[in-house]
Amino acid sequence: MKISLDKVVKTFDTFRAVHGVSLEIGSGELVALLGPSGSGKTTILRMVAGLEYADEGQIFFGAEDATDIPVRERGVGFVFQHYALFPHMTVAENVAFGMKVSKVKRTKAAIDARVADLLRLVKLDGLGNRFPTQISGGQRQRVALARALAVDPKVLLLDEPFGALDANVRRDLRRWLREIHEELGITTLFVTHDQEEALDLADRVVILDQGRIVQQGTPEEVCRNPNSAFVMKFLGDANRLDGIASNGKADIGGIIIDADGVADGPVELLARPVDLGWATSGKGIAATVLRVIDRPEGRRILASTHDSVAVEIDVPADTPVRARDSGFITVLRGNVFPRREHR
Amino acid sequence: MSAHPARHKPPRIGDAPGVRRALIGFVLVFGALFVLSPLLVIFVQAFSLGLGHFGAVITHPDTRHAIYLTVLTALIAVPLNTAFGIAAAWAMTKFDFWGRRFLLVVIEIPFSVSPIVAGVAYLFVYGLQGLFGPTFQSAGVQVLFALPGIVLASMFVTAPFVARELIPLMQAQGRDLEEAATSLGASGWRTFFSVTLPNIRWALLYGVVLCNARVMGEFGAVSVVSGKIRGQTNTLPLQVELLYNDFSRAGAVGAFAAASILTVLALVTIVAKVLLERRGAGRAGRPALAVPQNIVQETTR
Repeated sequence: MKISLDKVVKTFDTFRAVHGVSLEIGSGELVALLGPSGSGKTTILRMVAGLEYADEGQIFFGAEDATDIPVRERGVGFVFQHYALFPHMTVAENVAFGMKVSKVKRTKAAIDARVADLLRLVKLDGLGNRFPTQISGGQRQRVALARALAVDPKVLLLDEPFGALDANVRRDLRRWLREIHEELGITTLFVTHDQEEALDLADRVVILDQGRIVQQGTPEEVCRNPNSAFVMKFLGDANRLDGIASNGKADIGGIIIDADGVADGPVELLARPVDLGWATSGKGIAATVLRVIDRPEGRRILASTHDSVAVEIDVPADTPVRARDSGFITVLRGNVFPRREHR
Repeated sequence: MSAHPARHKPPRIGDAPGVRRALIGFVLVFGALFVLSPLLVIFVQAFSLGLGHFGAVITHPDTRHAIYLTVLTALIAVPLNTAFGIAAAWAMTKFDFWGRRFLLVVIEIPFSVSPIVAGVAYLFVYGLQGLFGPTFQSAGVQVLFALPGIVLASMFVTAPFVARELIPLMQAQGRDLEEAATSLGASGWRTFFSVTLPNIRWALLYGVVLCNARVMGEFGAVSVVSGKIRGQTNTLPLQVELLYNDFSRAGAVGAFAAASILTVLALVTIVAKVLLERRGAGRAGRPALAVPQNIVQETTR
């Protein structure tokens, strides 16, 4: 089902958590709400669920205005960060709960059969008689998902679903959630502060900052064409070098870079470590190597320009470089943004 | 100082043998002298004129009425305070509202106010010169020097017991479980009975046990509002005092006999409390019911 938000606003006491957010989630789409703490992403998710009411604006499920439908009747599946499994019920009882309290009456045999199906789907068959405290964190989150899916929700909402799990489990569960989504095709919205998770999993990423959407698009779009310094920095490691723009060109410490459409004045260049290079001679920004870090996939140089700006550069593993070497930083790619002094 | 100085571990702070022995000895002697021996005296005295006398005191109409009144008071006051405690704990942990912290303090007041003060206050509120006294009087309802007054005074004194047990637990459990149940389509009642109640039941029972013990044992507040009419408004604690004030050997023994009933009630309570604490800590039965699963909640908004 298609979900749309129209100029939704939410204020807690005096803190405005969400400032007029409008957003469309296509039927069957898997969308990530990505942002730092306090960006309003969880509040938006909770408003879609009906766990929080919007102060202004509307939320539509398909063509129906769902803004005032209480959570109980909204037909959403909600997965909590800390699972929120009922600790006094077994795994099977947890999954069956939504069907037992439903207005649609089902026979016990029908419920049992559906529970078995769902446990198979989340690869937990045979664990139905365990209590939540007797299974691992990853398994608990899968139970939570099965429980949410049991009520045939119109939309699946996940609040930092893998936030409490360790890195390996998190990666496995991500792939697995993607598979389930492809199998069921249910409209899914999830919240995360982990950019890797959002890019890995989502069809479309919505990036939020201070209660506003700053950019949305496919992972490719937001990675290749970040529309602001915030998005660029938030999506991954970024080096920042100051310069001056004039006539569509930016002068960054002596290097001239295309800066089409950027107004004349102070600018900043943001470049990923892989977008920079290292040369012992030739053109570039003069710098001194502070430290060399070796990693399985290559080598990272920590350098300092003569203006004492710290820069990180990824180079091939066989690049001959050592601490205290002098050389030049070259710019292979980068994004130029107008500089705001308060940042 | 020892034969193997290298292997001699330095004692932890306060762990020197002398300190340890002195401390344990002191606690044992103090406990025996001030807690255990008076309890024993009660039973020894209660039976000092023989089983027959004990039976006569217990079955005396006044004593029987006092027991009846005490049990009746508990049967009314404890369920009401339990309902109040659950409602208060629910309101204070699941909702945000103006005056929440203030209410938390108000609920605690009966803990810090002397029961006799509560009794006197009730005299002024429900007495003939009081706020509601004339209203009740004209309606033909006697509050003071009757069962309603005794129940009200007992309820005031024990109002915090259930709420105080539940609030910390429900605070730690957060709102996730109720939100999950509601999002799955459960009604408010269904959520309460299938999700909230099973997760607080041991703490709730513990609160009820404490509340009951205090209702049955309450003396100060009840003595002011009951009028202490023998065979009519005397509860068991008041009956103990009355018998003791008879200034006769038989009266004193009767007081001890009546007190022994209260003591037995207290011992039953203590045993129930210990058992409940074990259940609550998840040492028996189903796993870790009272252990909150999600202490961290609402990390981001």
